[in-house]
Amino acid sequence: MRWVNRHVRRREAVLIGAVPILLLVLLYLFLAAQRHAINPLDKILPLPGGMAEGMANLLFNTDQLTGKIIFWADTFASLQRLGIGLGIATLFTLLIGLVLGVLPPMRATFGPLVTVIAVIPPIALLPILFIALGLGETAKVALIVIGIAPVMIRDITAYVSGLPREQIIKAQTLGASSWQIMIRVALPQAMPRLLHAMRLALGPAWVFLISAEAIASDIGLGYRIFLVRRYLSMDVIIPYVAWIALLAIAMDAVLVLISKRMFPWAHGAGH
Amino acid sequence: MSALLSLSNIWVEYGDKIVIENVDLDIEEGAFVSIVGPSGAGKSSLLRIILGQEIPTRGTILLDGQRLGGECGPDRGVVFQRYSVFPHISALRNTMFGLECEQAPLSARLFGTAHKAAKAMAMEMLDAVGLADSMHLYPAQMSGGMQQRLAIAQALIKRPRILLLDEPFGALDPGIRADMHALITRLWNDYALTIIMVTHDIREAFKLGTRVLALDKRRHDPDAPHRFGATAVYDLALRNRKDRAAGEELVAASLTPKIDANPNTKESIGHG
Repeated sequence: MRWVNRHVRRREAVLIGAVPILLLVLLYLFLAAQRHAINPLDKILPLPGGMAEGMANLLFNTDQLTGKIIFWADTFASLQRLGIGLGIATLFTLLIGLVLGVLPPMRATFGPLVTVIAVIPPIALLPILFIALGLGETAKVALIVIGIAPVMIRDITAYVSGLPREQIIKAQTLGASSWQIMIRVALPQAMPRLLHAMRLALGPAWVFLISAEAIASDIGLGYRIFLVRRYLSMDVIIPYVAWIALLAIAMDAVLVLISKRMFPWAHGAGH
Repeated sequence: MSALLSLSNIWVEYGDKIVIENVDLDIEEGAFVSIVGPSGAGKSSLLRIILGQEIPTRGTILLDGQRLGGECGPDRGVVFQRYSVFPHISALRNTMFGLECEQAPLSARLFGTAHKAAKAMAMEMLDAVGLADSMHLYPAQMSGGMQQRLAIAQALIKRPRILLLDEPFGALDPGIRADMHALITRLWNDYALTIIMVTHDIREAFKLGTRVLALDKRRHDPDAPHRFGATAVYDLALRNRKDRAAGEELVAASLTPKIDANPNTKESIGHG
């Protein structure tokens, strides 16, 4: 039987999907154990016990300066920046994407500008943001917004302007104005696509968040990773990276769930 | 009776390619006009011009004696072959769309008694096209025939002066198509509609129409085929069954051979 025709059942897919991940974990444990056999004080590949010890300090002891538990304070600060950045970018995308997508003169006027902004590497703008907005929260959130919004806007604009011409014509024969076409025809159909664009933007958003935190911050997941790097604290870095991965997966799953719940018509006929 | 829709000296050109040349047409209220012709003969162009989706290069169009602007409006309803309904709302909401746009310019949504009244009208319309039991389905849950029924209901709720059909049944199975023919004939009688239908199916054109317009190129330059546009080569009024049979034979005989002779034609005229 050809491989293109081999379909995997759902339960089996979960099982065989877990195999490579487990193998990678086992490989790590094997290498770490090997290094520890040679040098019990090895810091480069910590064993799970070592990671638990390293994290215990951040998880159960309060910080002397702030009186907060560092791990949760870092998590909260990072998620706040990410959430605000993603929220603002999404709002911009919806407004600009709809206007550019539905109204050809607006697309002709502002489309090239969006394209120009989109091709600038956002990290190159970080110094400008720090100079203009200071080293506080605003610059970090602004980096995330500038980093992800142009790509999202281009995607939504292209999607909306690509809606079948027949639909737009039909709406007009039913008496719809440009505004009514925007809110009743384009907006609802753009929503599932917007959630999809958010999912795709989450990856870059994390990159910009960690970058901004690494360069100028005093709290946050990215700040902590780059701080403890000085002490070769792999026992903290690895759990933090795993935590970031877990958060990213959870956010993605939530966005998928929202899309399926709110826009069943966009997820196949069988609902 | 004066003409409801009147086209005079219509030309459509894209660059130096002439698609339609010199079409004059008066359509009476209550007529069912079928437009046939080979692909590329400008059937759909002509329909788009009447619809307001395109502006003719030359010529004028009058509806009820008023000159039409180059935009679509609620006085001309349309059903396309595909994508005529909104996929993100139920059949009922699709049908209510026209009423909501008219009565709520800002929100395009109705509430309270206005909502109830619009819903009642929409349900009546859905019942008329045989979708009373499917009003809560989304278009993706409906068959092609049901979607076209919905598209017709959606258009008719605005009581358009003219209903334009662009290959409305072209994508349907033959059995379903026969049902749709019966439906559109019934609606045409019940609502005293004026219908202009573009089709490539000559039998369908003569079965449904009270008048058949055949578009084709009158002149042909083999070296520069784009230099001559299509125009109405036949304009047949059909009063009885004899007219229909004779007309169908005449048009089929005169249009079909040209189609077969043209290897570039993808769509063919036939009795599909």
